Amino acid sequence: MPESVPGSSGDLQLSSLTKRFGPFTAVDNLDLTIAQGSFFALLGPSGCGKTTTLRMIAGLEQPTVGQIRIGGQDITFDKPYRRPVNTVFQSYALFPHLNVWENVAFGLKRRRAEQVDKQVAEVLELTELEGLARRKPGQLSGGQQQRVALARAIVNKPAVLLLDEPLGALDLKLRRQMQVELKRIQTEVGLTFVHVTHDQEEAMTMADTIAVMNAGRIEQLGAPAELYENPATTFAANFLGQSNLIRATVRQRQPDAATVALPTGTVRVPAGRLPAGVDEVWVGVRPEKISVYADTGAAAHGEATGAAGPNRIDGAVVTDASFMGVSTQYLVRTPWQQELTVFEQNRDGSGIHRPGDRVSLTFAAEHTFALDAGQDAEAGIELDSEVVG
Amino acid sequence: MTSAAEPSGRTRRRFAGVPYFLLLPGMLWLAVFFVVPMVFLLSQSLQTGTLETGYQLTFHFATYTDALSDFSHQFLRSFEYAFLATVLALLIGYPLAYAIALKAGRWKPVLLVMVVAPFFTSFLLRTLAWQTILNSDGLVVSFFRSTHLISLTRALGWTNGDQLLNSPLAVVTGLTYNFLPFMTLPLFASLDRLDPRLLEAAGDLYATPLTAFRRVTLPMSMPGVVAGTLLTFIPAAGDFINSQLLGNPKTAMIGQVIQGYFLRINDYPTAAALSFALMLTILVLVSVYVRRSGTEELV
Repeated sequence: MPESVPGSSGDLQLSSLTKRFGPFTAVDNLDLTIAQGSFFALLGPSGCGKTTTLRMIAGLEQPTVGQIRIGGQDITFDKPYRRPVNTVFQSYALFPHLNVWENVAFGLKRRRAEQVDKQVAEVLELTELEGLARRKPGQLSGGQQQRVALARAIVNKPAVLLLDEPLGALDLKLRRQMQVELKRIQTEVGLTFVHVTHDQEEAMTMADTIAVMNAGRIEQLGAPAELYENPATTFAANFLGQSNLIRATVRQRQPDAATVALPTGTVRVPAGRLPAGVDEVWVGVRPEKISVYADTGAAAHGEATGAAGPNRIDGAVVTDASFMGVSTQYLVRTPWQQELTVFEQNRDGSGIHRPGDRVSLTFAAEHTFALDAGQDAEAGIELDSEVVG
Repeated sequence: MTSAAEPSGRTRRRFAGVPYFLLLPGMLWLAVFFVVPMVFLLSQSLQTGTLETGYQLTFHFATYTDALSDFSHQFLRSFEYAFLATVLALLIGYPLAYAIALKAGRWKPVLLVMVVAPFFTSFLLRTLAWQTILNSDGLVVSFFRSTHLISLTRALGWTNGDQLLNSPLAVVTGLTYNFLPFMTLPLFASLDRLDPRLLEAAGDLYATPLTAFRRVTLPMSMPGVVAGTLLTFIPAAGDFINSQLLGNPKTAMIGQVIQGYFLRINDYPTAAALSFALMLTILVLVSVYVRRSGTEELV
């Protein structure tokens, strides 16, 4: 019986979960534990296996190998209608012949729940749909339909709520608004949310924990800030925000930091952010961590500050400057002809550097990370702007 | 501003008649081929006289009461047979349409062509073929005899003796067969539009496959059910070929009577009165049915 009483369930556990479609492996040996009550995001480009993972948890796909457990109970082979799991579909999949109230009550009625009226009314209030109970889905706006899809799922108080790109069909402004709303609702009802998205900003705004997925595997798992500040792979570095990756060689390792040689000059990387046992690395720094200064006798200045100062790259040239109000985005060419991206906050209203200006770049050593150079520096770039199906 | 707005106002006035003009061919068609014959038929039904002496409009309403009391059996039988054929066609057509729309995959076009294929031969020929299928030394009859089904159908009054042909069963079978595509195609159209993700959503919301069918598939295919039953019931009620070729005098339907009165007895007023009464009855039944099924609420 599907009577998994809310509250009695626990963590969602995926063990060596694998899904193959013929020769194609969509999900590759996934091991994952999602804590009860957390807001978990599966983030990745389209085709990375995140939706397949979600559909296996919902019971809409059979795993080729592996197990799915909720609170220790194995649900791997349970029919979808027997699982304590509900889904907010990307297309919403609202029943067009039923009104909002009937759509929301659908799950409760199938389970012969008591006090259907009261529960539906509560959820409609939570999702701010009170006035629309008698409307058909066709008479609602996209944002309202999205809220009905959410209400229809959370009213059942599932052990795990799955959200499949739930905001994908909304315009940017509404999406931002719904992100805040979703987070509020999740905090209020305290259910486990598993949210699948290709939008890194959406994942970072809402989730407690993000798993970055690529080609059926999890690249990195962690809190949004940790993932952003300390990416473990070039894919994570590029897919979550932007990164400048510079080819470099480790010269000298010290207990707290290492000196790494760029094509010209050296920078310091904290020891904890350096992959062990490799000397060929990508040195990475986020665009907003870099400051731009007019180049005034750079070499001498660099010698004077010595190793204790911030990392710096001298002799660079601005090739493009886009003023965007809150910040200015620069493209800067380094002496070794690589273009780096820099975001500079418009904090003091000082003038911007013009294309052609000679500049120095500085960034703190603790904002510098290094990744194994065996990886593709381009991995994860531009993937998030692809159209999702 | 005003001078700029003026030309467009004039343009609008100049083209105001266009929609009506475009309606003209359709209206003309309806007038010539529907309204005029209707009026003619109505007037014919109220005339008296003979073919030799000519007919005069005498508003002789007794033709209606006489015809209806004389042929009340055939009248009721027509609706009974049409109803049975419609129910049977629905029972056969729904699973067929469902399978084609949702399960056939790449065979969908082939199966659709097979549904329509009978239309490539004439209605009359197909009905004659049923004579061969059901005749006294055919396979179907031997099957009915060997399984003793024949005694059951005889006991129920569906067949006569140890024959299948020339019986109510044969007539209803023929009607069902002949109008099955009219049932299947609208059903297919509405089931084909059904988003399979809705069924996934129903399953996700604790509906067993059977409940999902009852709560989602069936209600969403109601427009197809209504269209299919109408397209089957209406022509079946007025049909005269099936009862004539597959039935016996005791299975006569009203269409046969009307045909006989028009073409053999040449009693035009009675034939016209029966036709008109048939049409009115169907119109009333259909309006009640459509209102009851509430399809206007389904988008």
